[in-house]
Amino acid sequence: MGQITLQGVRKSFGPVNIIKNANLDIEDGSFVVFVGPSGCGKTTLLRLIAGLEDVTGGQILIDGKNVVDVPPAKRGLSMVFQSYALYPHMSVRGNIAFGLKMAGLPRPDIDRKVEAAAATLNLTPYLDRKPRELSGGQRQRVAIGRAIVREPKAFLFDEPLSNLDAALRVQMRLEVTKLQKQLATTAIYVTHDQVEAMTMADKIVVLNAGNIEQYGSPLELYERPANLFVAGFIGSPKMNFVSGEAVGEADVATLGVRPEHLRIGKEGEGWPGTVSVAEHLGSDTFLYVDAGKLGMLTARCIGEFNLKSGDRVWLSPDPTRLHRFDKDGAVIRT
Amino acid sequence: MATQQTQVLGRALLTPAVALLFIWMIVPLAMTIYFSTLHYSLLDSENWSFVGLENFRYFLTDPAFLTALRNTLVLVGSVLAITILLGTPLALLLDQQVIGRSIVRLMVIAPFFVMPTVSALVWKNLLMHPVSGLFAWVATLVGATPIDWFNDVPLFAVILIVAWQWLPFATLILLTALQSQDEEQKEAAEMDGASALSSFIYLTLPHLARPITVVILIETIFLLTVFAEIFVTTGGGPGLATTNIAFLIYQQALVQYDVGNASAGGLVAVVIANIVAFFLVRIVGRNLET
Repeated sequence: MGQITLQGVRKSFGPVNIIKNANLDIEDGSFVVFVGPSGCGKTTLLRLIAGLEDVTGGQILIDGKNVVDVPPAKRGLSMVFQSYALYPHMSVRGNIAFGLKMAGLPRPDIDRKVEAAAATLNLTPYLDRKPRELSGGQRQRVAIGRAIVREPKAFLFDEPLSNLDAALRVQMRLEVTKLQKQLATTAIYVTHDQVEAMTMADKIVVLNAGNIEQYGSPLELYERPANLFVAGFIGSPKMNFVSGEAVGEADVATLGVRPEHLRIGKEGEGWPGTVSVAEHLGSDTFLYVDAGKLGMLTARCIGEFNLKSGDRVWLSPDPTRLHRFDKDGAVIRT
Repeated sequence: MATQQTQVLGRALLTPAVALLFIWMIVPLAMTIYFSTLHYSLLDSENWSFVGLENFRYFLTDPAFLTALRNTLVLVGSVLAITILLGTPLALLLDQQVIGRSIVRLMVIAPFFVMPTVSALVWKNLLMHPVSGLFAWVATLVGATPIDWFNDVPLFAVILIVAWQWLPFATLILLTALQSQDEEQKEAAEMDGASALSSFIYLTLPHLARPITVVILIETIFLLTVFAEIFVTTGGGPGLATTNIAFLIYQQALVQYDVGNASAGGLVAVVIANIVAFFLVRIVGRNLET
């Protein structure tokens, strides 16, 4: 079991409020990603759940039990740190076994569990090496091994892939997701990379300046962002925002349309503009269009278009994929 | 130093410094070796003669030599033990967040700045004096007989003084090492359920292995040649109770005015220091490898 509930959780460091009233319900076995720009409080929120920081107010329930006053080790969670935090003078075996040893498990049980964890993570040949003799990806796996061997109620990941190179990151992303599904253990994963968030999560928590902006599945956030911040944060390239007045919708403060929902239309259809840069990727063409009073627009068009800087184009938005926001940035649903 | 030219240039520019250092070291050493083979007393400086290794035989067979060697080793070993066993907990304490931490740190480091002669005098006259010393006063307060430190336990008294001087050094090195310990590792251990004690044993102590080695090596170099503290407090006595090798050589040279014998003693001391260094490096030096 690993159901985690946050009720009115607050955290301040002196006069600075890092987390303002966080309410969240994380279901058992789900993969939840905390995503947001740097300084939004996502790591702090994770550390509050881990017990490495004390809450200023509110409750954290794990399987219905308030754990605010429970020390980290007793919460039944395990954490993978950004720097991996491996114990440098211990072998891989020693690193993975440390938690079990501290729990006072008998030696044969420890050995069996460590070997099993190592086998799952393809670490068996490296069990007797020291962390410094391993590559980045291998160290990462040891850190994960240390987390899974304790069979926790939930895994906490603090930007675990940010120190890996791009190719390895994609590979580890898959491995972590696969592992989590296989173990069916609740996982909370902190990242600032929205691609990681979109690809790995069952549910995403978008954080901004200590507030939870939206909590939902990746596609929910993509298709129905609750506000301007989420709309702008999720999706790459970023959503285009134009003022409602400029497109003749006076009751709408901001109109948002994703680059992939702008099509190149016939002349006189949609919004006119001049191509300032065209990026030809083969599969897609990214157009950066100067649309006069609408500002700069980005369009992502499937396929190859023979357009270059200075060409005049007409962009027509998909009318069913428009996002309308009021002057406070909240979405208007009709 | 990639090209031939930079290599040649580098060597040429280094030569004067290396030559100067070489002369600086080699001349005194050569003179010491030369004097050690002479019968040369300042009381009778006209009549000197070549005696070969006679001075070495005399110095090594002197009953005082073995006592001095034993005293030297006891002194070095005890001070090392005290400074590390006390320095580690002190460093751990100073690493905690406390009010006025910087002032406390300064106070702890202070003894290191006091000259050996001065601190020895302070200990001798203000603290350990059997009549007017602080320790004697405390002893009489609780109704005990004051200890006459430099007569009853002379070597222990010297060890206390030297340990007091070197404790700050050990503490300081260990403190900086503690501050470089990775926070996330400690947090990972906390998540793994390690108590403060296990965290210390399994994480902090291995992390401190290298700085402890540094402390042992550096302190040993200086502790082999402790002199001022002995000279000021006990003068090597009573009897030979606090005479170490350095003090024995001083006595040969400047009390008995026997330059030849003292030179031989000095060379013996160099050899002893090298033997100690050899064993030290064998025992603890592997901690310095990465």
